[in-house]
Amino acid sequence: MSNGILVFAEHRAGAFNKTSFEAIAAAQQLGTSLQQPVTAVVLFTDDSLAREVAAYNVAKVISAENPSLAEYTPDAYTDAMEQVVRATDPQYVIMPHTYLVRDYAPKLSARFGKGVISDCIRANASGDRVTFSRRIFLGKIDADVVSDGEPPVFATFQSGAYRAEQAEKGSGAQIESMPVEVGEVRMQPEPAFQEVKQAVDLTKTDVIVAIGRGIKSQENIALAQGLADALGGDLAASRPICDAGWLPIDRQIGSSGQTVAPKLYVALGISGAIQHLVGMKNAGTIVAVNKDPEAPIFDIADYGIVGDLFEVVPVLTEEIKRLKG
Amino acid sequence: MKIIVLMKQVGNKDAILRINRDETWIEEGDLSFEVNESDGYALEEALRLREKHGGEVVVCSMGPQRVKSVIKDALARGADRAIHIAGDDLAHVGPFASATILAEAIHGEQPDLVLTGLQSDDYGFAQTGVILAELLKFPHATIVIEVDASGERLRVKRELESGWYQWYSMPTPALLTIQSGISQIRYATLKGIMAAKKKEIREVTPSAEALSGAAQHQRVTKIYFPLKTKQTQFLGNGDAKAGAAQLAEKLRTEARVI
Ligand SMILES: Cc1cc2nc3c(=O)[nH]c(=O)nc-3n(C[C@H](O)[C@H](O)[C@H](O)COP(=O)(O)OP(=O)(O)OC[C@H]3O[C@@H](n4cnc5c(N)ncnc54)[C@H](O)[C@@H]3O)c2cc1C
Ligand SMILES: Nc1ncnc2c1ncn2[C@@H]1O[C@H](COP(=O)(O)O)[C@@H](O)[C@H]1O
Repeated sequence: MSNGILVFAEHRAGAFNKTSFEAIAAAQQLGTSLQQPVTAVVLFTDDSLAREVAAYNVAKVISAENPSLAEYTPDAYTDAMEQVVRATDPQYVIMPHTYLVRDYAPKLSARFGKGVISDCIRANASGDRVTFSRRIFLGKIDADVVSDGEPPVFATFQSGAYRAEQAEKGSGAQIESMPVEVGEVRMQPEPAFQEVKQAVDLTKTDVIVAIGRGIKSQENIALAQGLADALGGDLAASRPICDAGWLPIDRQIGSSGQTVAPKLYVALGISGAIQHLVGMKNAGTIVAVNKDPEAPIFDIADYGIVGDLFEVVPVLTEEIKRLKG
Repeated sequence: MKIIVLMKQVGNKDAILRINRDETWIEEGDLSFEVNESDGYALEEALRLREKHGGEVVVCSMGPQRVKSVIKDALARGADRAIHIAGDDLAHVGPFASATILAEAIHGEQPDLVLTGLQSDDYGFAQTGVILAELLKFPHATIVIEVDASGERLRVKRELESGWYQWYSMPTPALLTIQSGISQIRYATLKGIMAAKKKEIREVTPSAEALSGAAQHQRVTKIYFPLKTKQTQFLGNGDAKAGAAQLAEKLRTEARVI
């Protein structure tokens, strides 16, 4: 009978992705509530990486081995993980919601005739039933989700849902090497690279005024620029503004843009999707102006104004000029 | 090159959402709808690939009759024809079931390329495309921001985390999930809108077999607004201008940033 929790730890270029340890913390908490053992799985690592995971409080670490796993491809990872899942027969397969996991986990779950309960922020066990909570509508609403199907249940956890420091250390778990077979690998990766250094470095600025889709049109950006000037700060944006070409990409804040921690971050007409929040949530003081009182940006704001930014910004700009005056 | 583009209709992002009485979904009655953001970029990429390499762009959308407006807009922007998988509940069947139904509808088309958005703005599963690729036995790549179809193999640039990128190559037929911003989206022209009236929209319904795969592997029991964890000071109490004046004062005296 299916039993236990399998947790996938992701590594790339010789280091674990930090969200892997968050996933281990999530798996451990589930394991404790359900009284089921947690097994960690790593794909094709050297000993030191496997040992790093074995230092956590888990029943064992499986290291799946095949030369085709040296570089990530969805074909090879899915083949390998399918065999590990079938061999361990767990009730739950827990993974971090990273770009790499997004790329192969649905393919893996499809081999079991189901999808993934993706991007969860919580899991609560009551009896032997687990309720997963995930954000929908770009973070505006939470949904509680249960699985009525056969195990295994595949679930991924959003970055920051659990804290990596919450993952319990143990006394050194046993490492089991498992040879796996990999079929034809159709995708061929080229070496990963970074784009040339950005022209604007927003990580050094003390004050950032960031605009989102609420700014409505390119002409209106001047309004936000006026506020940024009054505050002596720089202009930044959410992704859709850069996608539309209204501001260059090096002004984008978030998971696929820059990560900043200025003293003051003013978010104008930004809803606060997780991919934006990860880029700015460590700012000292966060101000949000949004006409939607339920906008998720307010969850991390120190000061909020529920209202039309076109009314707020001109007054704010004038007041700041006067106070600085 | 025959390209199928999957386009989902979702609630307007600017709408103030209200939760329905069952607490299982939002109140849709007062909502306006639009195309899922990344799907718009997937269509744009398909049109550009057709302009370069020839072929056909077929749009496929699944959902109630209202999704016809997404289809018509795509035809007006230049798609050649469309498939509408019609059914009132098809927007709520879960990603594996969606992919099963989509696979059934497009299988016979034998496309060279299937493009989807990278994730839907309502349910946000981020997986319908990848599952569909597995069901069609196509190789896939996700979060694609550039496509080069000029060679023997398809070459795509993927966005990775923290500012890293990677090119992948793969044989066709293949499935790609497209990231927003891959290129600037064109608007429908008046000529396009006129031409769209003559284009084919084939309406299909899922077979009982495909629907039976819709077993609930993830059943929503309840939806609700997230609990706020931070004590945000709300200023102005509905009066935006008063709020702005209070904010300036607070930034000086409390936050000490000016
Ligand atoms: C893999 C991936 C990577 C991503 N990377 C990033 C990233 O790096 N950075 C990023 O920002 N996003 C990123 N995104 C996109 C992200 O999910 C959101 O879609 C995006 O952040 C939303 O931008 P927004 O808040 O400007 O727009 P919306 O979500 O449309 O919000 C606009 C807001 O403006 C408000 N508004 C409208 N009019 C007014 C007005 N007159 N006055 C006041 N308020 C108003 C609305 O109430 C709404 O809250 C990524 C997504 C994915 C899937
Ligand atoms: N009902 C649908 N009709 C057409 N395409 C869809 C539908 N549901 C999902 N898709 C496609 O799958 C992508 C990912 O959706 P999701 O897995 O829900 O995040 C979307 O961007 C669409 O391209």
